[in-house]
Amino acid sequence: MAGGFLPRRKGFGAERAFSTVTLLAGAMVLVIIVAITVFLIAKAIPALQADTANFITETDWFPNQEPPVFGIAAIAWGTLVTSVIALLVAVPVALGIALYLSHYANRRIADTFGFLIDLLAAVPSVVFGLWGFIVFIEPVRTFSVWLNKYFGWLPFFDGTGPFGRSFMLGGLVLAIMVLPIITALSREVFLQTPTADEEAALSLGATRWEMIRTAVLPYGRAGVIASVMLGLGRALGETIALALTLGFINEITVNVIQNGGNSIAANIANGFGEAGDIGRGALIASGLVLFAITLVVNAAARVIIYRRREFTESAA
Amino acid sequence: MMTDPAVAPPGQGPGLRGRRTPFVAYVGLAVVALGVAAAICYGTGVGGWVLMLVMGLVLFLAGVYAVVSRLEGRRAGRDRTWSVLIHCAFVLALVPLVSVVWTLISKGSERFDLNFFTTSLNNIGARDPDGGAVHAIIGTLEQVAIATVITVPLGILAAIYIVEYGRGRFATLIRFFVDVMTGIPSIVAGLFILSFWVLIVSPVYNNGQPSFSGFAAALALSVLMLPTIVRSTEEMLRLVPAPLREGSYALGVPKWKTILRVVIPTALPGIVTGIMLSIARAAGETAPVLLVAGGSAAVNINPFNNNQSSLSLYVFQQASDASRFAPARAWTAALTLVALVLILTVAAKLFARRNRISR
Repeated sequence: MAGGFLPRRKGFGAERAFSTVTLLAGAMVLVIIVAITVFLIAKAIPALQADTANFITETDWFPNQEPPVFGIAAIAWGTLVTSVIALLVAVPVALGIALYLSHYANRRIADTFGFLIDLLAAVPSVVFGLWGFIVFIEPVRTFSVWLNKYFGWLPFFDGTGPFGRSFMLGGLVLAIMVLPIITALSREVFLQTPTADEEAALSLGATRWEMIRTAVLPYGRAGVIASVMLGLGRALGETIALALTLGFINEITVNVIQNGGNSIAANIANGFGEAGDIGRGALIASGLVLFAITLVVNAAARVIIYRRREFTESAA
Repeated sequence: MMTDPAVAPPGQGPGLRGRRTPFVAYVGLAVVALGVAAAICYGTGVGGWVLMLVMGLVLFLAGVYAVVSRLEGRRAGRDRTWSVLIHCAFVLALVPLVSVVWTLISKGSERFDLNFFTTSLNNIGARDPDGGAVHAIIGTLEQVAIATVITVPLGILAAIYIVEYGRGRFATLIRFFVDVMTGIPSIVAGLFILSFWVLIVSPVYNNGQPSFSGFAAALALSVLMLPTIVRSTEEMLRLVPAPLREGSYALGVPKWKTILRVVIPTALPGIVTGIMLSIARAAGETAPVLLVAGGSAAVNINPFNNNQSSLSLYVFQQASDASRFAPARAWTAALTLVALVLILTVAAKLFARRNRISR
């Protein structure tokens, strides 16, 4: 408790005023969260009432036609699939890099690349989107054709083409974007492993990998889970990179290489231009769903981090 | 676990760490693995050099495990295999990142000329090779500046509340929601300002018509900047040593004056670093600007009325533009944006190093 213990005097004007101002500023955070919820709901309700289909199960998105037909099923599916692909690819690689930087590389390399990773986390998503849209699509298309040729019997790689602007491209671009986030956070966690634990493992004759498995990973588990969930939160809400890389076909499919796919956020960015009144409300309704999902994911990540902090602080 | 399998050959005892596999063995394994993979790939025609590398890596891993297990024991074999995998993860991640940087520089330099920074897209048709981004640069600077002016005082005051005044449940609740708020997707912030400012407030001053504006974009960016500024300021305030505060109290200085004259100046370098990082992040946001500023082709100096563009929105719109000159403009704008963001980030990090109380 920084600087408590001051005699409290009544009518201490400036003091009272200043603390009230800071209280109001702090309360602004809660006000904003509540306001987001209220305004989104208020604008979503008229559109939801005009919807002639079931908002949860309908896959089409035609809010501007008469009567309006739209539902979130297909775009929510797309958000889920791209995020899952992103995490499946990014998490193992990110943990590998984090371990490399914390326990394998020498100090100078670790410092330099740690710095570079922080810089990469700052690169705007539209840049990754542009890169995926123009450059990365070529190798992904080649890879898709190859997968289709040899593994076309799997439902994921089925289809007759065209390939490229697909869930796989979107998911891989997302993976590259969340990689720096997960790496940076889990590297921090791995670096905090008590040296005593590591040295104890080594002194018992453990190899470096055994030391990592018995001392570093168990200590860092909660932190890693939290960093993965923060990466998931970022992937779920990512807009522009997916707006540039997906193929915009609303369907629920497990096929990841055919042109197609859509996500909640990308649908908002791409559908906003031609949206009328109902269309705008419909997009706001889908944004509300996205807000609720990311809120839950982020809150869960924070709870894990807080628990861990209590745990490590009491251990120290 | 005293199962050291490196049985010492007669005449020379094992070293402290047992027998080591010579480096030559790894090189040999790598060559053999790549050779076999190349033979399979090109011999049967199932794939090109990428598949060859992947297959070679798998064979190399299997080989390392087998050879090291034989020479040094199974535990060492597992250790070395993981070691190779972890180094591979590092190299693998470098490939796309290097590709991003390389294309950004090589394609972005094409239009990195005076014309790009002095003209807008006004009167630029699909067949015009010229056209610049001066309107977008003005938009980005104005929106980020307004957002900073709104957020910095609010964020610092909120952080002061959390660290210095907040007690009990309410302060914990605010802290928790500040953390949760860092994860709000930028598009949701955009939708919020759209439904709050553009659709409800702006008709009041715009003859009943909803109006896009740069100011609305600044508001959306404020929603995104606020939690990061609060968090970084909070951390910096906590690092200010308690004796500084106590010394000030002992001289009879009231608490609010202590905070403003002693605590804040001490933590200032760190706070500035946090602010610069959040500005860098806000400058790169596209989705909220798209939703509430709308984008435009001409210069619009007035942030309070009518459409405005921003650098990131410019990149997005040029990327989806059909003109064959648009991609070059998009890359140059992307290069400009990344340069801006990275200069801010690097400056912030260097600034942080000068900070005495930071870790």
